[in-house]
Amino acid sequence: MLLLQCPHCLEGRSEEEFDYAGEAHIQRPAPGVTDAEWADYLYFRSNPQGRHREMWVHTAGCRRYFNVVRDTVSYDVLAVYPIGEREPLVGKPPP
Amino acid sequence: MERYSLFGLLKHALHHHEDWPRAWRDAEPRSSYDVVVVGGGGHGLATAYYLAKVHGITDVAVVEKGWLGGGNTGRNTTIVRSNYLRDEAARLYDFALELWPDLSRELNFNVMFSPRGVLNLGHTLQEMRDIERRVNANRLNGIDGEVLGPAELEARVPLLNCSPDARYPVLGASWQPRGGVARHDAVAWGYARAADALGVDLIQQTPVTGIRVEGKHVAGVETARGFIAARKVACVVAGHSGVLAAMAGLRLPIESRPLQALVSEPLKPCLDTVVMSNAVHCYISQADKGDLVIGAGADAYTGYGQRGSFHIIEHSLAAVCELFPAFSRVRMNRQWGGIVDICPDACPIIGKTPVGGLYFNCGWGTGGFKSTPGSGYVFADTIAHDRPHPLAAPFALSRFERGALIDEHGAAGVAH
Ligand SMILES: Cc1cc2nc3c(=O)[nH]c(=O)nc-3n(C[C@H](O)[C@H](O)[C@H](O)COP(=O)(O)OP(=O)(O)OC[C@H]3O[C@@H](n4cnc5c(N)ncnc54)[C@H](O)[C@@H]3O)c2cc1C
Ligand SMILES: [Zn+2]
Repeated sequence: MLLLQCPHCLEGRSEEEFDYAGEAHIQRPAPGVTDAEWADYLYFRSNPQGRHREMWVHTAGCRRYFNVVRDTVSYDVLAVYPIGEREPLVGKPPP
Repeated sequence: MERYSLFGLLKHALHHHEDWPRAWRDAEPRSSYDVVVVGGGGHGLATAYYLAKVHGITDVAVVEKGWLGGGNTGRNTTIVRSNYLRDEAARLYDFALELWPDLSRELNFNVMFSPRGVLNLGHTLQEMRDIERRVNANRLNGIDGEVLGPAELEARVPLLNCSPDARYPVLGASWQPRGGVARHDAVAWGYARAADALGVDLIQQTPVTGIRVEGKHVAGVETARGFIAARKVACVVAGHSGVLAAMAGLRLPIESRPLQALVSEPLKPCLDTVVMSNAVHCYISQADKGDLVIGAGADAYTGYGQRGSFHIIEHSLAAVCELFPAFSRVRMNRQWGGIVDICPDACPIIGKTPVGGLYFNCGWGTGGFKSTPGSGYVFADTIAHDRPHPLAAPFALSRFERGALIDEHGAAGVAH
């Protein structure tokens, strides 16, 4: 069971209050991309064993989105930061 | 390999069963092979077996980081069925289902396949419409199926709460008589023993740590016990597919998550079929030992921690108690998780990759045990001929570029 700190409500709550919203920082490509680039944007994910940047939404609270850096092996939450901001430099950077 | 038989059983009884030979050799890795299969789960072992058996390719090693069948193969709830909605999926899963009844004889190993039928319950009008649509689609594809009403269900599964007063009343179900369960470990061990007998090297406790690519072609794998050269490398590592793909500089449309299951204390026989419910989300059967085997859900987020979140178990057990009030006092003995490889369309990826000689068979996610024989068969054929087997062709990685997804999310009842 994850405990997440909502950066909007400023309270720690259990994961049942939240919904996972997928990998973070995926940029929509400019028009005119190839099918392969479009498929990569839609479906392909980094799915790392380790440090992962992801989005969560506080469904049963403020209903706002935020970013999390989490280790997918230890499940340690390494950082929580607002959408639109760059990730804080924590944990081992992706290879 | 000593063939297992009644005569053998009697012969070894004379020596108090103390002189049985090992089921397979503990092979030392050689410096090179024709084909290296990465991952000693059911699918990898079946692939190696069919490479040797059907294609005569015996210069094969299966490299497994832990022990054979210790991944999802040995962690799943063993439901076997083929009532998938889409034509491509129905064909692939039914091809696999057809291999089950003869598998024990084929492998000379009792895989305890028990075609006791599978029920997929419907709790809402929309679900019943979906069930009717799926059963009709199945029958058009030659797959057995029937729609049952509450009265027939009650007669078939007396402990199931079919009362209209239930929180989510059971309105009916789809019924696939040819479905059932099998013994997961035995499937891994049976394929392992049969592959070993044909000359395949089974190399355990040896993680693959890198994939060497020279030019545009694979050259072999780096392992904890050194480099092993290979003309072809076939990755069958389920939840760790993304990790292996990254070793070759590839990305996959897969996210890995823990999926959980539990078993109860053993009970007297009380449930002689498989009951699955998508709406309340649980699936349950009774093992021959008597324990209830209960499948829970997958975590909603990416993770490689082999445990899963607690509230997921809570939800599934609440559903079990709702469907089977008699089970509310049953104690659970064990709980575990396996890392499943989930594709956006809940269908597997089988075939070639942009790297020559490198093949992937993954994305089976929460429901690949049932297809172990079929998956190994079509994958071996794909590797041997370096082109997709006709049944595997629609499941190529390139379907994501072509937009030709095969959407099986929810379409086939519960996703297991
Ligand atoms: C709780 C649970 C319930 C399920 N219930 C059902 C069900 O009822 N019916 C059904 O059809 N399916 C079910 N499934 C899904 C099913 O278990 C899988 O789809 C199937 O077993 C996958 O088999 P596999 O051989 O591909 O993978 P696995 O059995 O996971 O084998 C992959 C192997 O690769 C190895 N490996 C990983 N990384 C490396 C490396 N770097 N080097 C070497 N080896 C490596 C692993 O150790 C593992 O042994 C369930 C799964 C789970 C977890
Ligand atoms: Zn909040």
